Amino acid sequence: MNMQSHGMTPERLSNLKRLEAESIHIIREVAAEFSNPVMLYSIGKDSGVMLHLAMKAFYPSKPPFPLLHVDTTWKFRDMITFRDETAKRLGMDLIVHTNPEGIEKNISPFEHGSSVHTHIMKTEALKQALNKYGFDAAFGGARRDEEKSRAKERVFSFRNTNHGWDPKNQRPELWSLYNARISKGESIRAFPLSNWTELDIWQYILTENIPMVPLYFAAQRPVVERDGMLIMVDDERMKLLPGETVVEKMVRFRTLGCYPLTGAIESDADTLPAIVREMLIARTSERQGRLIDKDESASMEKKKREGYF
Amino acid sequence: MANTDIQNAAEAAVNDYILAQESKDQLRFLTCGSVDDGKSTLIGRLLYDTKLIFEDQLAALERDSKKHGTVGEEIDLALLVDGLEAEREQGITIDVAYRFFATEKRKFIVADTPGHEQYTRNMATGASTADLAVLLVDARNGLMVQTRRHAFIASLLGIRHVVLAVNKIDLVGFSEERFNEIRKEFETFANGFDFETLQAIPMSARYGDNVTIKSEHMAWYSGPTLLEHLEGIEVGEHALEAPFRFPVQWVNRPNLDFRGYSGTIASGRVAVGDDLVVAGPAKISKVKSIVGAGGEVSAAAAGEAVTISLEDEIDISRGDLLSSTAHRPEVADQFAAHVIWMSDEPLLPGRPYLLKIGTRTVTATVSEIKHKINVNTFEHVAGKTLELNEIAFCNFALSTSVPFDPYEENRTTGSFILIDRLSNATVGAGMIWFALRRASNIHWQALDVDKQARSEKLNQKPAVLWFTGLSGSGKSTIASIVEKKLHIEGKHTYTLDGDNVRHGLNKDLGFTDADRVENIRRVGEVAKLFTDAGMITLVSFISPFKSERRMARDLMEDGEFIEVFVDTPIEECRKRDPKGLYAKADRGEIKNFTGIDSPYEAPETPEIHVKNVGKDPQDVAEEVIAYLRERGILNGGGTNGEGS
Repeated sequence: MNMQSHGMTPERLSNLKRLEAESIHIIREVAAEFSNPVMLYSIGKDSGVMLHLAMKAFYPSKPPFPLLHVDTTWKFRDMITFRDETAKRLGMDLIVHTNPEGIEKNISPFEHGSSVHTHIMKTEALKQALNKYGFDAAFGGARRDEEKSRAKERVFSFRNTNHGWDPKNQRPELWSLYNARISKGESIRAFPLSNWTELDIWQYILTENIPMVPLYFAAQRPVVERDGMLIMVDDERMKLLPGETVVEKMVRFRTLGCYPLTGAIESDADTLPAIVREMLIARTSERQGRLIDKDESASMEKKKREGYF
Repeated sequence: MANTDIQNAAEAAVNDYILAQESKDQLRFLTCGSVDDGKSTLIGRLLYDTKLIFEDQLAALERDSKKHGTVGEEIDLALLVDGLEAEREQGITIDVAYRFFATEKRKFIVADTPGHEQYTRNMATGASTADLAVLLVDARNGLMVQTRRHAFIASLLGIRHVVLAVNKIDLVGFSEERFNEIRKEFETFANGFDFETLQAIPMSARYGDNVTIKSEHMAWYSGPTLLEHLEGIEVGEHALEAPFRFPVQWVNRPNLDFRGYSGTIASGRVAVGDDLVVAGPAKISKVKSIVGAGGEVSAAAAGEAVTISLEDEIDISRGDLLSSTAHRPEVADQFAAHVIWMSDEPLLPGRPYLLKIGTRTVTATVSEIKHKINVNTFEHVAGKTLELNEIAFCNFALSTSVPFDPYEENRTTGSFILIDRLSNATVGAGMIWFALRRASNIHWQALDVDKQARSEKLNQKPAVLWFTGLSGSGKSTIASIVEKKLHIEGKHTYTLDGDNVRHGLNKDLGFTDADRVENIRRVGEVAKLFTDAGMITLVSFISPFKSERRMARDLMEDGEFIEVFVDTPIEECRKRDPKGLYAKADRGEIKNFTGIDSPYEAPETPEIHVKNVGKDPQDVAEEVIAYLRERGILNGGGTNGEGS
């Protein structure tokens, strides 16, 4: 034995190192146990961290699965640019899926409301894509600290043949032993970032210098105030309502999604340390900027039972 | 300009803060207590006081409190943590939920688990990853049966640090005497458990006394607040001190020049140049390189996810365990373990389950339930089956040898889960105690005269015709005709009939589910011996459970097991009732009668599906013979699946 290397005093891993190792373990376990996994890539910071961890998990190999982006056609333009650049930079296969029925019916969050739009362009579109490619496991970047119903979700979350989640009938999950057994047509949603908090995510991005969509950083952007939120005018599809005016404001986004549904916050934080600083003194949690959670406080649980990620 | 200076100073402060974060460690703890002990309120209080409750969550909380709250117009902290809709409506916590908060020193992950007896399963789940347990008691009630249960489960799952949170101390007038009474009683009781630290704290979660802030009402208490204790406690890292163990998760082979083994270090340390052994085959090599999460490193330790490459090309795959050569793990196919049963369907000895240990999954059966443990009194009780939330000490027999350590020494290599082979549900969790030595002493005799030689001599291929169906469905009638026809053709056959076997080999068995499983297991094993002897064996058994028929099937080689489903509707069987059994069962004279008060699980994909009603049994028998002929079983010798 090499005595030198064994002579050091035992030290526990730091919080971030422990989270990192746990996530890598989960990602490898999925890759090893499933025949056709896919990584849901939503372009946001959590997805960015998850993808970064996947690159580490298999280094020097490439992750043995493709990325899937469910494109609602209403994402910020900057997100799409960033998505394509990221896939190219990392050499990852990227599948982009849009619900053709949604395009046909011209589904728009402005016209049809957030709930219809989310159901058709996200929930249904995701199911279509998973069915089309026969994926038996899909990674998602959800965290347990995001929202109450997530706090009880397993790392390996079982979905029936209709992609539904049954919160009352979840598999017990002990130690780091994940049950990957499923029957044909069933699938697993795997959440490697389950134990991360929003602050952990930003600290990790900072420590690891992970590239992020510019929208997270404060800049002058054209916004309209609507329903108490600052909505950025990202393209000509956004029509002004009577009394609304477009103003340039120094804003950034804490979460990214469809631009008509994602509120900006006024901020001067244009660097990562500044964002973390803002986080530390934050008095509002991140999902405040998302319209879809506002319907009812138990709305996320309902959406997930129907197959929402 | 001044503005920029302020900004720069702020950024520098943030950078310092982030640097400090990198050394911040993590503590995972479990809270347990019953609904009324104020567990959710305590966690809510921790979250609230550590300022992680954001403003808008608070606004939503105030709204929800008016709808569901149980404390009148005040904010109900418990609503912060009771997640799922149904639970909120019932006002109880029914699943494990994970909460997060952080202080300057540590980040905390809290497993919030319910206290009722029926949720032993959930508490065990939360305890499996926890370093410490906070056991809540209501100061008015003192130690309850459930407190003892919680301490026992925490200890069983290997938790070595315990906090006894004596809550609602305000309701006993902040009484020192009452607190000491409870503390002493618990200390005496917990003496039998292997806890390294035990801290009792008097508190009021509702008003925040001694949770994060020292109480102004208990000058007599000089100990730490809960948060101080959680921030300060050294939980050690037993995994770091233990011998090196590395379950291989994934073989990393990007090109011909690199072959690495990816996994998470379960325990100990490893450095380039170390000798490692593949447990089982006992092949040894040296560590050539280690790739950690941040790139190549010279050494790594427990908890890290790494990729190790070795000097020698040895055959290693997922499921193998790389270990220190000096301290090797046990390798055996039989061991004794504690099992917590987590399924509504009982555990039946003899029934095969999948057992996942580390990165390996094998088939396993419980060969014997040594004793069950009453979680409230810790008494050992006898039992033939194990029900939901019961705990037992069992002997396990595995389909193949696996490497492991006792759970006490290693929580990762000593733990396993059990998975139902049909539903794929996680049905049990186990903690290994020791290998059963007899496992290594039985060696199979390799005989020169083998199955192939025997069946060639008999001029047939061995097979098992497994007739399953309700009592009175016509199994035995058909089997008997088939055997006669085969005999006339010069084939060598034997029939195992349910009734006959029960008069001899299985006369000690009754008709409970557990006995039915054992009944089929024995018959399956006998059929296997006959198959090995080259015979065509006809088994005529009700064999109501899918799992056991699957178990019998798995004993045979591919193609040898032919399931014949004699599908006669129960009304017809009842009409025939050749032995008068249905009449008796209806009168309640026979218990556990299949189709009446015991289930029959019909085969989904039998090789032969006989719809028997209105058919001449002779014709049915001819169909079976035709199938055998088609499959080549009646032509020539040799075993199946060899393309002869």
